[in-house]
Order: sequence, then structure tokens, then C-alpha cells
Amino acid sequence: MSDTTLSRIRFRSATDERLWVKVVLIAIAVFGIVILVFAPLIVVFAEALARGWQAALNALGTRDAQSAIRLTLLIAAISVPLTAVFGIAAAWFITKFDFRGKAFLITLIDLPFSISPVVAGLCFVLAFGANTAVGGWLVAHGFPIVFALPGIVMATMFVTFPFVARELIPVMVEQGRAEEEAALTLGASGWRVFFTVTLPNIRWALLYGVLLCNARAMGEFGAVAVVSGKIRGQTATMPITIEMMYNEYLSVAAFSLAAVLTALALLTLLLKTLLELRFADQLAATRRH
Amino acid sequence: MHIDIDEIAKSFGTTAALHPVSLAIPSGALVALLGPSGSGKTTLLRILGGLEYPTSGRVLFDGQDATGMSVQQRRAGFMFQSYALFRHMTVFENIAYGLRARPRKLRPTKEEIARRVAKLLDLIQLPDIAARYPSQLSGGQRQRVALARALAIEPRMLLLDEPFGALDAKVRRELRHGLREIHDTTGLTTVFVTHDQEEAMELADLVVVMSMGRIEQIGRPQDIRARPATPFVREFITA
Repeated sequence: MSDTTLSRIRFRSATDERLWVKVVLIAIAVFGIVILVFAPLIVVFAEALARGWQAALNALGTRDAQSAIRLTLLIAAISVPLTAVFGIAAAWFITKFDFRGKAFLITLIDLPFSISPVVAGLCFVLAFGANTAVGGWLVAHGFPIVFALPGIVMATMFVTFPFVARELIPVMVEQGRAEEEAALTLGASGWRVFFTVTLPNIRWALLYGVLLCNARAMGEFGAVAVVSGKIRGQTATMPITIEMMYNEYLSVAAFSLAAVLTALALLTLLLKTLLELRFADQLAATRRH
Repeated sequence: MHIDIDEIAKSFGTTAALHPVSLAIPSGALVALLGPSGSGKTTLLRILGGLEYPTSGRVLFDGQDATGMSVQQRRAGFMFQSYALFRHMTVFENIAYGLRARPRKLRPTKEEIARRVAKLLDLIQLPDIAARYPSQLSGGQRQRVALARALAIEPRMLLLDEPFGALDAKVRRELRHGLREIHDTTGLTTVFVTHDQEEAMELADLVVVMSMGRIEQIGRPQDIRARPATPFVREFITA
């Protein structure tokens, strides 16, 4: 009997808490998640289906909605691979070489995190708009940037640029240069080292970065809203079309499109979780944190 | 292959890692670069392997200037302190890496690569571990796989950075003999870095004692023990 009382009193783990503290903390967490995450998700789908499946599908079948979905997928398809390549290059450069101004470069990569997307979009308009020297020349030669696809892609890339680099830098710092150096001494060329040693070692971090980047690329509103000019059926992406429809009280249409965008995001999340489950062993071997 | 180090100096920014040092390594010798951390011994080894370039001075392989030669061209079998095995490859793939990386014309056939890897696994007395990953090996096994990987490229010399640094005392003693045997069978000029004077004295034909980026003494173990050239050497080898 004395044993059980002892274990109750003396052997409580140092990091353990009293029951009421646990209950309160868990309640706060659950409440937060329900209010902030689950409730809006449910509302989006509920509103989309408020007048039934047929109404929602009809809303998605309109020319504007179709064009918005196509445009958003196209932008993600262009900007995500480019951001991934730039991110890998930046992370490689920062982690494998020593040079002056490294800290400044890292700050520069983080810049899109701290600048408001609207301001970023405005910068592109001011730099490449039709009434600037560069923009005017480009428009005259049939290659407008602002209020067209290139501008939207550039704005999206600006906003998503840090995701891949930020995921890769800590992993590459932790892994060091030894394996690459070993490959060099074994006679491998720089490209061979990259494809056979560096890339396999960072593939998980890269995948995370790409998935995050993809989610943001499809969902970006602020920067794209400014550079796209919101031309219905031409430069209006899904988030922008949703906003326009909502403002016009087309609630079923707005929420149907929002539901599609949400479904794409959930799909991304599901993909990530499945890959994590499938490759748990490799993940533990190459990523020790 | 004999190696001549001619007035090699290296500085990183404003700090000098190596003051001009000169050293002649005879063909087939087993040489220890011995010194405390920060003595410049690893820097010297990396310069030999082509992983660092000297600020001034020359490196000669068999009398030919090799100072500007790229790391790939040098064909130095380099073993890293923590072995740097490719963690996403099996032992077989690790050892075969250097052969597979050769240009097509010089690349052995698949069967030939498999034969050579098997032979190397026999040499390191671990014939059954080809399919394993580095994370599934013990420290001593990893060390020997790293050695086999370095030997696979038919190197002109072996450069070993703290080859026994990451091992416990018992394994360390066993592998010392293993290294001596491999050196004697292959006849390769071998340079290894260590901070352990006992290891250097027991294993090497020639010991180079270094401190603060300078060479304090070069000599056979018994000569260094009998006649330490400087107070630093006397203190270091009795420590």
C-alpha cells in the first residue's frame, strides 16, 4: 500500500501537470481548433451545397469559374517548379560555400515573408506597368507583364520564394559537406555529386517545401490581386474570382469555388501525410529531427 | 607514389592555418601527421587530397607539379573523420560509387564492378554486408566500408583523417592492425592524421609532429621518442 502512495506522490514525472491544468489546456486547444479550423471548413462545404449538388456543379461549370480553375492550376504548374529550382540553388549556394554577405542574402530570401503581398504586387506594377520604360517596351512587343500571366507568375513566385529555400537550408547545414566531398574524391563531377548525393539527401525537405509552396501558390490573393487587374475570365485566379463572386452575392458560386480550392489544399495535405506514412523509415534515416 | 610538399602555406582570411611547411613522403610509406587540434594537420591532408588549395607553395606527386590538379584528377583515396558514407545507398552502392562515376570509356562493366566490390568486401573481412545501409552498421564496420570505398577507385595514395577517432578503444586496437595489413598488401603511400601519439608511434613508419601550423619534427617513431627536437614534442609524446 505504501508503494502505491509513494508512486503517486514521489514518482510523478517532472514534466507532468495536475489534472485540472491538463483539462483546461486541452479544452483551450480543442476549442481553438474547432473555431478556427474545423468550423470554417465545414461552413465552406455546407454553403457550397446549400442549394444542392446540382447548383454547386452548375456554378463551377460557368465560363468564369472554369477559367479561374484553369488559370490557378497553370500558375501553380509554372511557378512551383521554378521556385523549387531557385530555392535549391539558393540553399546550395548558402550552405555549401562561405562568402561575405551570407547573412544579408538569407535576410533577402526572407524578405517576401515580411513584405505585405499587396505591396509586393504594387512593386511589380510600378516596375513593369505599361507606363514605365521597361513595361512600355514589353507591351509594344506583345509581351505585357502586368495584368497578364507573366506578372501573376512573378508575383506568385515572389511570395512563395522562401518556402523551398527555408525548408532546405537547415537540413543542408545539418548534413554538412562531407558526403559531397567524399563523392568528389571518388572522381564524381559536380553535377553527378548533386544528382546522386545532394538531391537524394534533401528530397524530403524538398517535398515539404514544394507542397507548402504549391498550397500558397494556389491560394495567393494580395499580390496577385494587384498585378492581375482582376480581368474576369482572363486574369482572375480562383481566390480572386471567389472574392468577386462573393461581393456580387453569388454565394453558392463563391462557396463552390472556395470548396474546390479547399479540396485542393486538403489533397496536398493528404498527399504529404500518405508519403510520410509510406516512407517513415527513410524519413527517420535522412532527417533526424 | 612519392609526395613532396614544398613550402605549403594556407590561410583562412587573416588566420594562418599553415605556415610554410615542407615534407617529403617516400613511396609506399605509412606516415602519421600527429598534433593537437588546430595544429594544421587536417588542413595539410585536405590540401594533399585537393579539397583545399594552398595559399602558396607546391605539391608534387612523383616529381610532377600537382598543386592545381582537381580533386577528381588526383585519385586520392580519402577517408573522412566520420566516414561520410552515403546514407541513402547500400554498402555495395557506396563502394561501387567511384567506379560508376568514371567516364563511360573507363567504366568497368557491371559484372566487373560487382566482382571488385566483392573482392574489397573480402579484403575488409565483411563479405556479407553488401545489401546493408550505413545506419545498420557498427562504427568499426563503417570505418572499414569507408576504407573499401576509398580503395575501390584504385587510388594513387590513401589519405585518412582521424581513421580511428570515432571508435572505442578495443575496436581501435583491432582496426589498427587491419589498416597496417591493408597498407602492406596494397603498398599504397598512406598519410593519416591523428591526435593520439600512441596510435601514431605504433602504426607509422614516419611521424610528423605538428603544432600551430608548423612542423615540429619529422622522424621514425623510435627516433622521435629518443630525441625529441623541441620541448613541445617532448611534452606531447609523453602526455
